[in-house]
Amino acid sequence: MLRRFGQATALLALTFVQLLVIVFSFLALFGTFALGMVFLYPPHVRLVRRLAEDTRRRVRAWTDIEIASPYLPKPPPPQPQADGMYRHDRTLYKTPRIPAWSDRWKWMLSDPATWRDGLWLLLDPLIKVLLLPVFITMPERGLRFYGLWCELLLSATRASRLAGQVSHLNRVRNLAADSQAAEMRRIERDLHDGTQARLVAIGMTLGAVEELVEKDPVAARALLTKAREASADTLTELRRVIRGIHPPVLAERGLADAVRALALDSALRVTVEVDLPHRPEAPVEAAIYFAVSELLSNAARHGDARSATVDIRGDGPYLRVTVTDDGMGGAEPGKGSGLLGIERRLAAFDGVLAINSPPGGPTTVHMELPHALPEHWAGSLPKMPRWKAVTVAVCWGLAWCPLFPQGLVAGVFKIVGADEKSWFLALYLPGPWQWPFIVGMITLGIAMYVLATLIPGQYARQNRPAWATPLSTGCDR
Amino acid sequence: MKRVLIAEDLYLLRDGLVHLLQAHGFTVVAAVESGPELLKGLIELRPDVSIVDVRLPPTFTDEGLQAALAARAQLPGLPILVLSQHVEQLYARELLADGSGAIGYLLKDRVFNAEQFIDAVHRVAEGGTAMDPEVIAKLLASNARHEPLAALTPREREVLEAMAEGRSNAAISQRLYLSESAVAKHTAGIFAKLGLAPSDDDNRRVLAVLAYLNSR
Repeated sequence: MLRRFGQATALLALTFVQLLVIVFSFLALFGTFALGMVFLYPPHVRLVRRLAEDTRRRVRAWTDIEIASPYLPKPPPPQPQADGMYRHDRTLYKTPRIPAWSDRWKWMLSDPATWRDGLWLLLDPLIKVLLLPVFITMPERGLRFYGLWCELLLSATRASRLAGQVSHLNRVRNLAADSQAAEMRRIERDLHDGTQARLVAIGMTLGAVEELVEKDPVAARALLTKAREASADTLTELRRVIRGIHPPVLAERGLADAVRALALDSALRVTVEVDLPHRPEAPVEAAIYFAVSELLSNAARHGDARSATVDIRGDGPYLRVTVTDDGMGGAEPGKGSGLLGIERRLAAFDGVLAINSPPGGPTTVHMELPHALPEHWAGSLPKMPRWKAVTVAVCWGLAWCPLFPQGLVAGVFKIVGADEKSWFLALYLPGPWQWPFIVGMITLGIAMYVLATLIPGQYARQNRPAWATPLSTGCDR
Repeated sequence: MKRVLIAEDLYLLRDGLVHLLQAHGFTVVAAVESGPELLKGLIELRPDVSIVDVRLPPTFTDEGLQAALAARAQLPGLPILVLSQHVEQLYARELLADGSGAIGYLLKDRVFNAEQFIDAVHRVAEGGTAMDPEVIAKLLASNARHEPLAALTPREREVLEAMAEGRSNAAISQRLYLSESAVAKHTAGIFAKLGLAPSDDDNRRVLAVLAYLNSR
């Protein structure tokens, strides 16, 4: 209780800061748009955003209302053209400074969140004053109301959420395309330098045999043996390439046995636990297989480990993989240990990787992929419970009846004093009951409409998949 | 005349195998190309030895291997030689798991060397074992750090490899240019170091070694 009072007091005290910011914002906006002092605009936006972010954080900490940042992702830094110049609209610049500044300006100006922040800032002191009695009598409830008010203007809009997702998907797509291209190049090189060259050699040997077979059968025989050996070598080589593309045991047996096969081939003593209700998608299986393979060989090569455990399990919509070894630890993604490659591979499936590798060991690598299991492919939103769906349908279907004929139209009839009573129930009641009944009907109608909108909205918010929350302003994902 | 069944989905290879085996005095009782046909053939014909590709229609996964395992579960010790484009310790373990011998697991490349391949087919038909050198190499590599194996001399390792592939003392002595008595001495040394009970029977001995390596 006392703490709540303190928090409410802090909120009220913040009003003074807000008033200062409002004054500064007015000056800045006036300077920007009336006097052309455009340099005042970015600091003003930054200041307001900071205040808003601060409030979001505070609301999150003091109530259970989660307000995500709504801002669109920052524009990427300008890329130089082939001639080293930077282009913005139809002008070329020598340095990236001005194009970057313009991009940033446009980003701030066009983000609807900027304007919603402004409106919030302007109204916030007023709301706080209105809430003052509640703050004093029931601080807990007051904080909640305040949180709801902030959520109204400060939370992410549909557009910003989508923009966040689009930029995230863009990044993931680029990563996936890059790593696939690199993979293709590697395979091409392997086939070109290995298999192809060996086949040429075999062809040449066979050509020589053709010439020799009559003149010198003994030499021809020796060459044939050589050709046969070379074809065996080619097969060995090809087998290695195929293993790198898609390991045959994975195609034949699926992830669980493929990882068991890996464990058998490893120099470490590896225990494998797999608990999956179904086989994941083939690309996910391959990504996990290669990740585990890389981690086991890392453990043997760099970590000097003797034994390791691999644990793969489905957990709701998540596929979790944990690889632990008893090596020396000290693994870091930056150290060219292939961890970056694994991260990139997993990123294509929205997967993440966490490493815990203190010096001296043990090393634990945890990987997590959302939506990797078949039962969670269909629709990201589970269906609403039946009673909620029925309520929504009834509200949508019947709300018109109390609101219009029984409420508004009856009211108009009463005002006009028409003789016709038709089926407007209110007009059949005794005089003093008529108005309360009409008002009650209108309220009921509105309440039904509100309920019909609120229930699905609230449901969607509660069950929103984790990856659908907007990104914070930075590019930290 | 040994009766042999062949299961291979590629026509060229199937035909080649039929010719090769007929030329070496086998009677080919059936040459099938899919998993269900194979299982039926194995159970009904009970061939003296079967040559089975791991990947077969209709699923093109490990159809052949599954059919072989299922048939051997019904008819223990039914001689089967499994061929594959790649070898896995995992599959080798599954084939060896029942401990009844008369099993082979080779890379398809081994067909190139007709003499050795026919030798392996005979060995399997007679209840012996034919493991691909690559399986054995993988098996030894993943066991490399474990104590008793690390204590073997290089010569003993060579003998162990050859023995694990399923070769008899006579074959090992030929391959390593040793006298048969020297091979016998080495095998005794290996068995002592690994703590296995010595055995005169070639097949039992091979299975003991493979079981030892697989138990790690």
